[in-house]
Formats: sequence, structure tokens, C-alpha cells
Amino acid sequence: MNYLIGAFKPACNISITFADGKNRKQISIEPVLGKKVEHNGVKIELLGQIEMYFDRGNFYDFTSLVRELDVPGEIYERKTYPFEFSTVEMPYETYNGVNVRLRYVLKVTVSRGYGGSVVEYQDFVVRNYTPPPSINNSIKMEVGIEDCLHIEFEYNKSKYHLKDVIIGKIYFLLVRIKIKNMDLEIRRRESTGSGANTHVETETLAKFELMDGAPVRGESIPIRLFLSPYELTPTHRNINNKFSVKYYLNLVLVDEEDRRYFKQQEITIYRLQENS
Amino acid sequence: MMVDGVEDEEKWLAAGIAGLQQNAFYMHRALDSNNLRDALKYSAQMLSELRTSKLSPQKYYQLYMRAFDELRKLEMFFKEETRRGCSIIDLYELVQHAGNILPRLYLLCTVGSVYIKSKEAPAKDVLKDLVDMCRGIQHPVRGLFLRSYLSQISRDKLPDIGSEYEGDADTVNDAMEFVLQNFTEMNKLWVRMQHQGPAREKDKREKERSELRDLVGKNLHVLSQIEGVDLDTYKETVLPRVLEQVVNCKDEIAQCYLMDCIIQVFPDEYHLQTLEILLGAFPQLQPSVDIKTVLSRLMERLSNYAASSTEVLPEFLQVEAFSKLNNAIGKVIEAQADMPILGAVTLYSSLLTFTLHVHPDRLDYADQVLGACVKKLSGEGKLEDNRATKQIVALLSAPLDKYNDIVTVLKLSNYPSVMEYVDSETNKVMAMVIIQSIMKNNTQISTADKVEALFELIKGLIRDLDGAAHDQVDEDDFKEEQNSVARLIQMLQNDDTEEMFKIICTVRKHILTGGPKRLPFTVPPLVFSSLKVLVRQLQGPEENPFGEEGSTTPKKVFQLLNQTIETLYGVPAPELALRLYLQCAEAANDSDLEPVAYEFFTQAYILYEEEISDSRAQVTAIHLIIGTLQRMHVFGVENRDTLTHKATGYSAKLLKKPDQCRAVYACSHLFWVDDQDNMKDGERVLLCLKRALRIANAAQQMSNATRGSTGSVTLFVEILNKYIYFFEKGNTQINAAAIQSLIELITAEMQSDSNSPDPAADAFFASTLRYIQFQKQKGGAVGEKYEPIKV
Repeated sequence: MNYLIGAFKPACNISITFADGKNRKQISIEPVLGKKVEHNGVKIELLGQIEMYFDRGNFYDFTSLVRELDVPGEIYERKTYPFEFSTVEMPYETYNGVNVRLRYVLKVTVSRGYGGSVVEYQDFVVRNYTPPPSINNSIKMEVGIEDCLHIEFEYNKSKYHLKDVIIGKIYFLLVRIKIKNMDLEIRRRESTGSGANTHVETETLAKFELMDGAPVRGESIPIRLFLSPYELTPTHRNINNKFSVKYYLNLVLVDEEDRRYFKQQEITIYRLQENS
Repeated sequence: MMVDGVEDEEKWLAAGIAGLQQNAFYMHRALDSNNLRDALKYSAQMLSELRTSKLSPQKYYQLYMRAFDELRKLEMFFKEETRRGCSIIDLYELVQHAGNILPRLYLLCTVGSVYIKSKEAPAKDVLKDLVDMCRGIQHPVRGLFLRSYLSQISRDKLPDIGSEYEGDADTVNDAMEFVLQNFTEMNKLWVRMQHQGPAREKDKREKERSELRDLVGKNLHVLSQIEGVDLDTYKETVLPRVLEQVVNCKDEIAQCYLMDCIIQVFPDEYHLQTLEILLGAFPQLQPSVDIKTVLSRLMERLSNYAASSTEVLPEFLQVEAFSKLNNAIGKVIEAQADMPILGAVTLYSSLLTFTLHVHPDRLDYADQVLGACVKKLSGEGKLEDNRATKQIVALLSAPLDKYNDIVTVLKLSNYPSVMEYVDSETNKVMAMVIIQSIMKNNTQISTADKVEALFELIKGLIRDLDGAAHDQVDEDDFKEEQNSVARLIQMLQNDDTEEMFKIICTVRKHILTGGPKRLPFTVPPLVFSSLKVLVRQLQGPEENPFGEEGSTTPKKVFQLLNQTIETLYGVPAPELALRLYLQCAEAANDSDLEPVAYEFFTQAYILYEEEISDSRAQVTAIHLIIGTLQRMHVFGVENRDTLTHKATGYSAKLLKKPDQCRAVYACSHLFWVDDQDNMKDGERVLLCLKRALRIANAAQQMSNATRGSTGSVTLFVEILNKYIYFFEKGNTQINAAAIQSLIELITAEMQSDSNSPDPAADAFFASTLRYIQFQKQKGGAVGEKYEPIKV
């Protein structure tokens, strides 16, 4: 361990740029004016990492690619290395959750024998577009409490893209309680770990009032909920056996004594290629 | 408790307004700086004040109105935003991000208004979306106000024909559909109010509901304003749909109000053309609905419509309006067995008014209505309900008012039957109405049949109705009524003597049932009516030109009269009977029927002897007898002597001396009839006058004996005047000397000590003397005649 690392300015500035935002990328290394940088080689790594907050410091790299950019030598002036990871698999989207994050990062290492290596990170975001699902059934269900409340609800789809609109309706078959109002909630359930170490975190991202007042039998209440105002991510299922992020629509009826009656249904959120 | 409630409510309202204003302030600021995000945020917060459940509808309305004003400004802003390039579609989505539904929907409606104006989407689609989304508000008051807002902003944006928002071929349907849907939902919310909350607050709730009803009714008004809703559309869609909602809501208040709304809001001719559909709904309404009022209004409207122009009358005939209404009323009454009789009568009354306006020529229709009414009433017995009775009076008065002619009304065979069912008091009222109508219109009732019917109708006045307890009848009222009957009798006229006689017989038959209290009122007009017949016979062509012995001879009339007058015995009303006998005697005199006249006089004398005992009445009677007898010329000497003798006898037997005196000198005229030379018996005249003088003298002495003064000389002066009269008429028995001595007698009498001064008598005497003086100065034959008399 070299305690002097960090005590001085790095020997060089490293900047990573995405030339065209796709696969032609380059890095340039520029030594501090008038100095030369000796190195044992320059490499760039592309890493896909999953980081659990409760398991501090532990990264799980699910993707790791390396490109050697330079053989050991010296850099006297700004030097640019184009690089390309041409066929990288990035199966997962970047995700920033409560207990977990999934990130992609480019890591440039200028290895040096002394004074420690110079390392530069550049995070980048990955979004995976999903084509519209070929099967997208509506969610339709009749629920109730015997002799008290019977409703039938319908959401037009089971899979929604991030800017989608949930259309649906709630049909009241039997109402014997005095309902005050009815909300539709969007809940995100993030579960991390596995087995006994599973951590589940649930957040309510949206609370959208659907109905005000007490309906009578036969009423049908429309649902139209735009998803765009809410910060949703696509549904993540069992990402690398580390975590899952699921979304639920929770229909909540509140009666005059503030008792809550609810029914939760999972929906799938996906990212649709915009302008496609 | 209540006071607290009201105070709290004021407080809540104030708090609501304050919250609203504060957010409105921030909203304005955002609007001024074109900050859409903040504008939406603060407007939503502002509208959140409308989420309160604490206010009564009235208070809530105040809050709503403030929000409404603010929303107008917001709408302007949205409009400008779109002009600045903000997509209206995006805006339409953006406002839907609001988490609370009530603010969200108010905003949606506001943007929707701009959306329609932008014409970027067909009006019908936007409206359909709005009206659907509003389902989210299930709270009655909040829902009603929201939908009312929707109705308000959409009124000028319906895709109506001729509107700038007109759509495809189905455009009217879309406009209509929108309004109908909003109406249906609003009505459901309104009805629901009735069933929410504790039962003990029912009254309060009903009051609140009635405050809100116009919000619901307004939709019907909007419907009626849609250009494209023509008769066909109205008939095929609008009316059935509205009625379906009205019937199905099964709510008394709503049904009553909405039926009335339909009737008031849509044009008359639509009602006329859709009568069947409209009326079909009535029997399906709740039993507690006040159908009579609503249905009455409908008929009232149609009546007015019919009255407005004769051009529309064929329409009524074409759609058989009458029979439809008639059927409907029948069904309603049948369906609502519990309907109070008042309701039924009101309905019939309205129907009658209707048919009188629309089919004035169809008496059978009017009769049909009355018949139905009779049928209904027959199940009820006599009416007890005051208001129902009033309605009956209205019902019965309607034909009179319309035709102004009782003769027409008498053709309604059921008319009298209806009268049967009212109490005697009402019967009287009605009878008065009938009589007044006859008077006012001077109706000729010219056949006995009609008279019979008429009297049957007004029998409440003619006699005491069965068992009607003799309640405290107001004396004045009674007189008024009987006087009316008397006037009515006088109105009955027919130039044909035969028929007139029949009429009289009919009237007689009826009035004789009237009992002692009525006869004095009714007999005289009948007698005079009969006498008029005689007069006419005399004036008419000399007897029957065909020599045919008409069955109505004067004799017959007199017989009838005699019998009629006799009925007054039982009253008893001898004075009146006496007068009538004398009247008849005079008529018999004019008809040259000596035996008849004699008979009448006999009757009068009998009455005088047997029935008239009051001395004042006797005085009056004797003067009447004398007066009548004096004019009789039909009697032969013998009869005349008998009668005269009797009259003189009666005169001398009066109780008080002055009365005796006056009667006796009056008798002097019986012996001196100017235009009949065979009846100038100067001697007996003088006898009468002398006798009068004697009585006057006796009277004075009596007075002197009892009071110590001789009393006035009036009687002497009166006798003096008689002397002078006969003197002038040329009665040779009366000479200047007699007059002279009488004058002296009076002068002496006046100067005597025992004479009590009487200025009236003095003046009388003085003017008598002045007259003599005057005659003297005239000169000529008269002056010469008077010459010997010294004053």
C-alpha cells in the first residue's frame, strides 16, 4: 500500500469521451504540463456491477471486459486512444434503488510501478428497449368481501411502458359499506438478496384518487392514469440472482371509518423505444 | 345545537373562501409569469377547497361560484398557452396528472373547453370523454356541482346543427347524447342524496335537495335549446330517454320536479305530438307523486296553447289529444288507488278546462269528463274535503265561464250528477254561480224542460236538502240567495204563452217545495211573472187567430195563482198574500173576469178578517184594499156595493181614532170614480167625510180627556183637503159653505187654549188656505166657484 497515493496531484488527467455516443469512443491522456508519465501499460475496462448497500463494498461484476490500450512506455503529451467494445452484452438496465444499484462503468487504468496507478471511472447509463409485448392481456378480476363489497376491476393491459396510460374501470356489483374514496396506487417492490438475507423494500410511487364519494351498485368508475409523471423503471426480475424490482397496482377503497380495502395486482413495466 | 351548526358552517365557508383566495393569488402570479407548472399546481390546490363535505348546498354554491370565476381566468390562460405553441393535447394530459380527482376533473373540464374551441379534436369526442370521466365523483353535492360546471362550459360548444362545432351526420345525436348522459348522472346523484345520512335529517335533506334541483333541471333546458332537436328527435330519443330516467329513479321529489320541468321546458307542440309517450309515464310514477299538479299544468299549457291561435286546433284533433288525456287520467286514477279525491277532482277539472278550450263544440267530451268524475265520486259519498269541494266548484264553473250560457251547460247530462256529490253548502255556492252567470249574460231560458233541469240544478237554494241540519244560516246570506232566486224567476221568459205557462208551472212545482222561509221570496216573482203572461195576452192579437181555444186561458192562470198564493197561508205571510190577491184582482179586472176578481177580493177580505190582527198591518191593508177597489171597474153594482160596504166597515173599526178617520175619508173615493159616471155618488162621499169629521172630533176629545190637550188639527186639515178635492171635482153635495165652516172650525180649534201647537199642522193648514186663495185669484170658472169661500 502506497500511502503517498492521493497526496499529490495525479500525474495525468484522463478524460473519456464517447465520440458519437455509440461505439466509437476514445480516451485521451494528458500529462501534467511538462511532466512525462511513465507507465506499465494503459487499459480500459467495461464493468457491469451490482452493488448492494447493506453488503457494503461488495460488487458483483456481471460483465467485465478489458482492452489493452498501450504497451508500457512513456507519455509526454496528450495522447488519444480510441477504443471500442464492439459486442458487449449489457443485459441489464442501470438501476438506482433503495438497497441496490446496478451500474455500468468504464475504468481506465494507467499502471505505474510507483506512485500508484492512475485510475479514472466513467459511469454510463444503459437502457434496454423492449419491443411491445406480443401478448398483453388485460387484468380483469372480481373481488369482494362477502355481503359487503363486490367489485370488478379491469386494467386494459398487464404490461405498460414507461410513458403508458393505464386505462380501466371499476364496476361496483355490491356496496354495503360507506365508501369515502378510492385510490389507485403504484407500488414498487424491490427485493434484494436471496434466501434468509432477502431484503424487501416497498415504496408507493403514486397515489391517484379515482373516486370521491360513495358509489351505489351498478356504478362504473373510469381509470385513466398517465405513468409519465412518475419515476418508474422497467420491471427487473431476478437480476443476476441478486435483486428484483416489481411494480404493482394497488386499488384502495377507504370507508368512512378510514378502513382500507385493497387489492394489489402486479403489472410489468417495460421500456419502449421512443419514436419507434 | 342548530345555531352552532350554522355558525360552524359560516366558519367553514369563510375558511374555504380564504384558502381558495390564497391559492388563487398564487395562481394569478403564476399566470402573470406564464408559469404553467405553478399555475396547475396552485389551481389544483385552489380547487381542493371544493372537496369539503362540511357545507350545505347553499354555502357550497358560494364557494363554487368563486372557484368558477377563477377558472374562467385559468381558461383564458390555457387558451393563450396554446397560442404560444403549447399543444392542447399535452395540456389535456398534463392536467390529468393531478392526484386528487375533484381538482383534476375541474381542470380537465376547463382545458376541455379550450380543446373543443381549438377544434383539434371533434367536440363530441372531448365531450364524451369529459362526461365519462366525471363519473369519478360519486359524492352527490360535489358531483352535481362538477357536472353543472361541465354543463356550463359546454353549453356553447355542443356539436349542434348550425353550431361551429357541428360534426358529421350524427352530430345532433352526439350533442343530445352528451346532455342526456350528464342529465342522467346528475339525476342519479341527486336522488341518491335522499338515501344518505341519518333518517332523522330527512326534512333537512329534502330541503337541501330542493335547493339543488335546478342544477338537474337545467340539463333539460339545455336539451330544449339544441337546434337540432326537432320533433322527431324529441319523440324518438329525447323524451323516451328522459322519461326512462324519471321513471326508473323511483324518487318522488325528482319525478315530480322533472315531469314539471319537461312540461315547462319543451314547446307545446312537442307535447301535443308526444302526448301518448308523455302520458304513458304518469301511471308509472311513484304513488306519492303529486301527479294532479303536474298533469294539471300540462293541460293548462295545452289549453293556453289551444287558446293562443285557432290555427293550432287541427293539431289537437289530429292527435286526439282529448281522448289521450282522458285515458291517461283514467289510468292514473286507477293506478293510484290511494289518491285523495282532491287529486282526482283536480285532474278532471283541468281536463274539462282543456276540452272546453280545445273542443268547445264537443259537448260530449265535456260530458264524458263529468261522467268520469261522477263515477269516481260515486265511490266516495258526499265530499268532506274542503279543497276538493273547491275544485268541484271550479270544475262546475268552467263550462259556465266558457259558454256563458246555462242552456248549453244544461245539455251536459252529467252536470247535475256531479252536483249531487257536493254538500248542500257547496251546492248553494254553485247554484249562486249559475244564477249569476245567467244574470250576467242575460241568458234566455225558454223552455219548461230547461227550467226543470235548471231548478233541479240549483235545488240547494230552492229547498232544504235532505236532512241537511239547519246549521246556523246567516240571515243576510239567506236573503241574498233567495233574492237571487227571485231574480232568476223573473228572467224566465218565453213569448209563447203556452210554453211560458208550462215554465211557470214548473217553477211553481219547485218553489212550493221551498218551505215557509223561502216562499215569501219566491212566490211574489212567480205571481208577477204569471201576471205578465196575462198582460201579454191582452196586448197580443185578439185571442187566437184560429179561434182555437188555447189551453192556457186567463182563467187557468188565475186558478194557478190562487193556489199559489194560498201557500203563503202556511208561512204565515198574510200581508204578502193580501197584496198578491189584490194584485191578481186588479189583473182579473183588466181581463174583465168579474167572478175571478171578486174571488180574489173575497180571499183578501178573509185574510184581513182572519189573519191580519196587528193594527198597523190592518191600517196598511185597508189602504191597499181601498186603493185597489177604487180602480176596479169590472164589478157590477151589487158586488161593488158589497165590497165597498165591507171596506168602509173595516175602516170604521180600526183601533186608533186617527187611523179610523183616515181610512174612512179614504173610503170616500170608493164612491167617486172620476172617469165613470155611474160611480159618482156625492151623497155617500159626503157621508164618509162627515163621518170622518166626527171621528176626528172624537179623537180630539179623547185626547183632551186623557192628556189634557186636544192634539193637532192635522186630521181636520186632511179632511178639509178632501172637501176641496171633491168640491173641485164637482160633487154638488160639497159646497162652499161646508168648506167655509170647516175652515172656521179649524181656525177656532187652533186658537183654543187646549190646542197644543203643531207647526207641521199649521203649515199644512196655511198652505191649504194659500191654495184656496190662489184658486180664487185665478178668476174664471174656478175663481167664481171659490168666490164664496172666505179665508
